[in-house]
Amino acid sequence: MSVIPLEHILILASILFVIGFVGVIVRKNTLYILMSLEVMLNAVGVAFIGAGSVWQQADGQVMFILILTLAAAEVAVGLALLLQMQTRFKSLDIDLLSKLKG
Amino acid sequence: MTITLVMCFIFVSACIAWFAEGIKENSGRYVALLSMIAISIYLVFALLLSESSVDYSQLQILTRLPWIAHFNIEYALALDYLSIILVFLTLLLAVICILVSWHEIKTKVGFYYFNLLASITGIIGVFTAIDMFLFFFFWEVMLLPMTALIAIWGHENRHFAAIKFFIFTQVSSLLMLVAIIVMSVLHFQQTGRVSFFYQDWLALDVPFKTAYYLMLGFFIAFAVKLPSVPVHSWLPDAHTQAPTAGSVLLAGVLLKTGAYGLIRFVLQLFPDASSNFAPYAAVLGVVSILYGAKMAFAQQDFKRLVAYSSISHMGFVMLALFSFNTIAYQGAILTLVAHGLSSAALFSLAGMIYKRIHSRHLPDMGGFWQHAPRMGGFALAFAAAAFGLPGLANFVAEFLSLVGTYQVYPIHTMLAALGLIGSAIYGMVLFQNSFQGSFPSTKIASFKDLSIREFFVCSLLLSLLIVIGFYPDLILNLFNHSHIAWLTDDVAGAGL
Amino acid sequence: MDESMTTLILTLLPLYPLVSFLLLISLATRLSWTVAASISVGAMVLSALSSMLVINQLSVDTPIITSQLWTWFTLSPSEEINISFYLDALSAVMIGVVTGVGLLIHIFAAAYMKEDENFTRFMAYMNLFIVAMLLLVLADNLVLLYLGWEGVGLCSFLLIGFWYQEKANVLAARKAFIVTRVGDTAMAIGLFMLFKETGLLTIADINQSANISWNVGDTQPYWIALLLLGGAVGKSAQLPLQTWLPDAMAGPTPVSALIHAATMVTAGVYLIARMHGVFLLAPEVMGYVAWVGALTLLLAGGAALVQTDIKRVLAYSTMSQIGYMMLSLGAGAFSAGVFHLMTHAFFKALLFLTAGAIILALHHQQNLYKMGGLLKRLPFEASLFTIGLVCLMALPGSSGFFSKEAIIGQLWSSETAGPTLWWCAIAGALLTSIYSCRLFFLAFLGSSRFSVPLQSSSSKLLQLSLLVLAILSVFGGLLANLLDINLAPVFAKAAIIDTSTQPDWLHTVAIATPFIGIVYAWIYYANYRVSNHKTLVESHSVLTRFCQQGLGFDCLYHYLLVKPYCLLAKFNRRDIFDQLIMLNAWYVTLCHDIFVSSQHGKLRWYAAAIGLVTLLFLLILNIDGFGSEASL
Repeated sequence: MSVIPLEHILILASILFVIGFVGVIVRKNTLYILMSLEVMLNAVGVAFIGAGSVWQQADGQVMFILILTLAAAEVAVGLALLLQMQTRFKSLDIDLLSKLKG
Repeated sequence: MTITLVMCFIFVSACIAWFAEGIKENSGRYVALLSMIAISIYLVFALLLSESSVDYSQLQILTRLPWIAHFNIEYALALDYLSIILVFLTLLLAVICILVSWHEIKTKVGFYYFNLLASITGIIGVFTAIDMFLFFFFWEVMLLPMTALIAIWGHENRHFAAIKFFIFTQVSSLLMLVAIIVMSVLHFQQTGRVSFFYQDWLALDVPFKTAYYLMLGFFIAFAVKLPSVPVHSWLPDAHTQAPTAGSVLLAGVLLKTGAYGLIRFVLQLFPDASSNFAPYAAVLGVVSILYGAKMAFAQQDFKRLVAYSSISHMGFVMLALFSFNTIAYQGAILTLVAHGLSSAALFSLAGMIYKRIHSRHLPDMGGFWQHAPRMGGFALAFAAAAFGLPGLANFVAEFLSLVGTYQVYPIHTMLAALGLIGSAIYGMVLFQNSFQGSFPSTKIASFKDLSIREFFVCSLLLSLLIVIGFYPDLILNLFNHSHIAWLTDDVAGAGL
Repeated sequence: MDESMTTLILTLLPLYPLVSFLLLISLATRLSWTVAASISVGAMVLSALSSMLVINQLSVDTPIITSQLWTWFTLSPSEEINISFYLDALSAVMIGVVTGVGLLIHIFAAAYMKEDENFTRFMAYMNLFIVAMLLLVLADNLVLLYLGWEGVGLCSFLLIGFWYQEKANVLAARKAFIVTRVGDTAMAIGLFMLFKETGLLTIADINQSANISWNVGDTQPYWIALLLLGGAVGKSAQLPLQTWLPDAMAGPTPVSALIHAATMVTAGVYLIARMHGVFLLAPEVMGYVAWVGALTLLLAGGAALVQTDIKRVLAYSTMSQIGYMMLSLGAGAFSAGVFHLMTHAFFKALLFLTAGAIILALHHQQNLYKMGGLLKRLPFEASLFTIGLVCLMALPGSSGFFSKEAIIGQLWSSETAGPTLWWCAIAGALLTSIYSCRLFFLAFLGSSRFSVPLQSSSSKLLQLSLLVLAILSVFGGLLANLLDINLAPVFAKAAIIDTSTQPDWLHTVAIATPFIGIVYAWIYYANYRVSNHKTLVESHSVLTRFCQQGLGFDCLYHYLLVKPYCLLAKFNRRDIFDQLIMLNAWYVTLCHDIFVSSQHGKLRWYAAAIGLVTLLFLLILNIDGFGSEASL
């Protein structure tokens, strides 16, 4: 069994993370932002799993499960807010929500 | 206990006025007026006409109770002739304040009288407290209601003025607070006991350099309040924006707390340091006189002009106090009283004009004399008081200040005397632009002469100005040479 | 009359007009003309009577009458400033003039101002002026004198601006007050200095002790005298503070007569005479006094030559006559100066009041070029005016002759004056007679150059007061000896000027000068005299204009003092110190704005910022990491 080198895993995780991050920044639609966030979380998950397998430790998988639950919770809250936003503003444009402007 | 009683009474009547207004409209002002008159009469009897012959030429401690025992902070009040005169001035002007706001204040009337009387309570506290912590406490008590008066009942730009006033006073009193704390620590180091008691501090032996910095801390706080150039600029804004009574109170009494502080604390606690600093203070005084007079001339706003003239007059106080001369000192005290009356009168007059034409802008005015000869007569008399016409109190005050100062600083005095020309110029501008010339009948439909209430206010102030102008010994006798022994000692000690 | 009675009369002297003032001002609009006039004139009658009484009480045995009322304030244990009166021969002359001429002018004014709606207010001010003037001349100390000094200034301001609805009057009043205030300030500094050097402000004490504490020519009396001179030139409209007087003619004519001719403007002369003890110790300042007087005499005389307004001619003539008094004081001839003060008060008041009557008859026409031929049309006024002019020119026999001769006669051999100033005085006399003739020709000879019908006043009051003044002007010179004898003890310290060594021709020249002037004017102004034209062409040459506008002083002060002060005020209206302090506020607001702009509420920008900053930190950490590895 050929072992995938850690570098490759980390490179994949970084690429995924950057894709997710860019998505968060450039997308105006809140739904897409949530999706991009998922991508970022999963990128971190990949990194944890990879690292766990390299050092033969269970911690990486523990962390991944934690991230998974976090993501689920986040999506639940996020989608609820999304629905609220749709009913109130009739739009999902995140830039409309700037009430905290100084 | 007399003063404690007075302060409690005023504060309680402040609260009553607030609540009474809620129950029945227009009752607040009656409560305020009657209580102030009653307490003034009481104080006259208690202090001046009483059988017991207390000699107030020295500081007489009236009350001394522990307050915050942990830090040895006491509730200590004392009186001497200086504070007695200023307290009476305060009470008199309080009555004037209530009378001039009689019809002027239309909103939140009860709360207005509460603030007015609360501020007066604080001012009386400032003039009588001799525990420094208590003094600082009253110093703040007097400030807050005053800020509220400006911020709530002021003119168009009131919030700005109120904030400016508040920040100026707060920042400067912070320096004083630091100085107070350092003094109490010094007392701890020297005697092993913290004390904020004024007379303990008098006995303290402060190293010269420390004393100099502490003196500066107090000096700056009081110079802002006085006010002296270059920290005067809160005053024109505050005076202009405040309601009439606020301006009267500010000019008539609040400025005097600065002068009182200079006399009581700067000069007496730090005699050596302040005589060392005196040349600079004298220069500040002269600059204030000339700059205030010049700025007053430039103004087009009636109240702003009077405000700058106050700066000019307070310059005489500064100059006179720091010349360490008995005659000048008497002149300074008399200036406090005279300016208290004359500036109060001018601000009341500004309020009366504002009520009629809804403007303070001098170019909007003119020819009022034709329609209001009585008012014109009073306006002339008060303007004459401002430019020091002999026969009115301000002349004697300025004359004594300058004669005394000339003994010490001839050059400064000659420059300060140029202020007499400056004051004539702005006095003329003030009077002629408003009461002479042609009546702007296109803009103003009618202009009524003084009502009975206004006539009473004006004639009360004018008669006091004339009485003091021709018989200043009424006040000066209280400040004879025995009272100001500290002054002559200091001069000898400082080797000026 | 016993002593206490005299003192009481002296004390009450200023009280009558004061009471009258208070009555009139508090009842202002409710009084009819009859009541108001009788109150104010009645008070003046009482004052005049009591001043006559007290002056009578003065004698060789009682050269001084004093009356102390109360202590005003205490300057030092040894020097109390009292409200108290001091009457000696000098102040007696002054109260005589003030109450006597004052009474006549009050009578005139009551008739003259009858139609004015503010008649009561006018008479109240006139009364107040008399009070202040009496305080000035009766004061036993310089502070009380200063009170009167400022008081007359205020009344002068009020009366110049009496018709306050005219902008020009308001400005003239302001100018008068402020310009004299400049002099007053100099005087106030003089008082401070006097008190510092001597510890005294009581006039008699100062005059007494001055030569004990100082020697002739010391610096202290020099500066004190110089500063007092500053006050005197302000009040008496002498160079360089003379600019206010011509403008002050904006006031009603009785005011010009009372304040700006007879009494207030001579206060400067009185001050110097009163303080002669100090002035005698400063011979240089005496010289300055003489020169100020001589220069004013000539310049004002020159300016009077070209004025077109009858009142302005008289105003410049007043300045130049006061110049004579100053010249005389500077020469050390104090009694002659005071004598001229008195005669001048008589004839100048007469001239002004008659001018007022003429102006009234011509419906407020003051321009000389629009008069002419009045000798036949208004014979009564014209003859009285001629009497006044004769006195002014000092033709032999008139009161002006005696007083002016007394002055000119002593100049030549005086130590502080001398021949140059004598020639100045002669030149001044020449100028006086020329402008007097010009005035006479323009107003009374030639053809009538006005179209309105004359409105001759038939008021008996008016004519009565004018007649009395005319009599005083003619016979005032007879008081010369009386005055000399009584004033001599007052000025005992002044060295008597020895006139025996003077050349003999001086006297002849002095007497002949006015006639030369008349002859010259007769020829030079012939067209004014005989012109039959309806209009006269005014000269508009540059020199004439320059002289008409007060010899450029107004302009000079405008550009040198008034303009810069106004500009300074205008530029700094916002208060530079305030601006500096508000810089703090501005700085805080700026920071606030910067940080606020970063808090825009855009979620994606926040995310981007978090990401970028994290990246930055990672990079920094990495660089650090490499660094530490390298060091290992």
